[in-house]
Amino acid sequence: MTAVLTIAGYALREALRRRVFAVLLVLTVLFLALFWLGARQAFAHPPDLPPVGLDATEFAGAIVLGLGMFAILFLGSVLAVFLTLGAVRGDAERGLLQPLVTRPVSRTKLLLARLLGAAFVCVPYVAVVNALAIVIVGRSGGWWPDRLVTPVLELSAAVLILAALSLLGSVFLSATANGIAVFMLFGAGLVAGLLGQIAEVVNSHTLSQISKITAWALPFEALYQDALNRITADASGLTEFALDLGPFGGGRPGGSLLPLYALAYLVVVLGVAAWGFNRRDL
Amino acid sequence: MAALAVRGLEKRYGRVTALGGVDLEVGEGELVGLLGPNGAGKSTLVKIVCGLTRATAGSATVCGAPAGSLAARGAIGYLAELFRFPGWYRADEVLELHQRLAASRGGAAERSELLDLVGLEDVGRKRVDDFSKGMQQRLGIAQALVGSPRLLLLDEPTSALDPAGRRTVRGVLEELRRRGIAVLLNSHLLSEVELVCDRVVILSGGQVAAAGTPDELAQARGVEIETGSGLRTFASAAREDAPRLVAELVAAGESIYGVRVLTTTLEEAYLEAVGGEGS
Repeated sequence: MTAVLTIAGYALREALRRRVFAVLLVLTVLFLALFWLGARQAFAHPPDLPPVGLDATEFAGAIVLGLGMFAILFLGSVLAVFLTLGAVRGDAERGLLQPLVTRPVSRTKLLLARLLGAAFVCVPYVAVVNALAIVIVGRSGGWWPDRLVTPVLELSAAVLILAALSLLGSVFLSATANGIAVFMLFGAGLVAGLLGQIAEVVNSHTLSQISKITAWALPFEALYQDALNRITADASGLTEFALDLGPFGGGRPGGSLLPLYALAYLVVVLGVAAWGFNRRDL
Repeated sequence: MAALAVRGLEKRYGRVTALGGVDLEVGEGELVGLLGPNGAGKSTLVKIVCGLTRATAGSATVCGAPAGSLAARGAIGYLAELFRFPGWYRADEVLELHQRLAASRGGAAERSELLDLVGLEDVGRKRVDDFSKGMQQRLGIAQALVGSPRLLLLDEPTSALDPAGRRTVRGVLEELRRRGIAVLLNSHLLSEVELVCDRVVILSGGQVAAAGTPDELAQARGVEIETGSGLRTFASAAREDAPRLVAELVAAGESIYGVRVLTTTLEEAYLEAVGGEGS
């Protein structure tokens, strides 16, 4: 356990030293400032005659927060990927890994420690920025999500899964190739989510199936969709219908098995990464 | 028990054979030099021993434990040919990190002793980024010694060092021999190997081409006698023949001013073993 914490601390320190972290902090402050301005504007001009049955405040709040959650997921993913994309092959190519791997610490522990190091940065980052986004929306328009804690946890878990996928990629791919691959996966997940919402509007069973399968194959998307769904869990009538049109509101519910599935997915991804790392010649 | 025992070690990368059945042993406290041209399999051998690479066939054990196992890795210290430490770490922190990973209880005293050993006693609080390449290499050696390993694997430890730095490393190696630590030194510098190593193993094409003490590898090349009528060379004579040759020359009325037994240098032995193969 000491070795895992030592490597996790090493990774954490590396993360905090990286310029990308400073850049991300600046981007985050900019994002929150713009988000605050956007939220104020969204609530400042409610429609004069909203359609009957539409709760304009809830609609605006959910859409703005949904947009914010998308941006937070993106920023969290950038952070997670940059912290892990070169963890194995990249560090081996730079000669940073060899002195560590030859110590009496199993490679599996080393990999877990790297994930832990990334998680120590990404999870609090996503949780804090998401909480700030909720407060900004609440303070700007007086609208608060129907569920507070679970969506924040789900968004954090989504970023953790992306970190694990990036770690897996780092075993087999060079840092650049891995970064491209993970962001393509990220993009594929988001496109699948959009397809799902289009499928609902045009009532396409095929599109809906494609979206569902992709969301389960890439559960960070399913977690994001479920988090979106939960912030308006109590919405009904025209408001619910309007939110379902998306793209930043009324995500599809993941179901009760989603947390368990996401955990199992994480374990499998790490298992494959550990298998590959243990077989890899450095 | 040998610090390192390698038996029939093979490593193939697809159709390329990096090691084709190598046998090698390093005894406790023995300093063995590993020589060979580029691509001879030296680094592959070292990497297998420290668990970075898996062997295709054969076996390697470190103090009785299979190479790459946690027990074996706990008994070795390793300095890679190409390595880096995070630039933002201080020298002292690099050693502390490795102390934790090696479960060493040496604490500050061990760190201070190791930095002193490699001549970095005054820069423990300096960041690695501010180190010259030679200083980083010496820090690498100190790192490899964390936890008092029983076998030290050094892959080109002096490649970035100036003559003074090389002398420091030679001093370190002699100190390690005094402490009974076994060392496998992979180097291109024949003079360095000749100076410090108890035995030399020359690899060529993934196989042991020659092995022995530097004296054993140095073959007789004749006897040279300086006489009043000039320098005379007896190419087929050995060291034992020198007194007889001198006696014969004196009996023949020659004046003798000097006698030199000629042997090949390690460099010549090396070139002969690898068939003149260059890098």
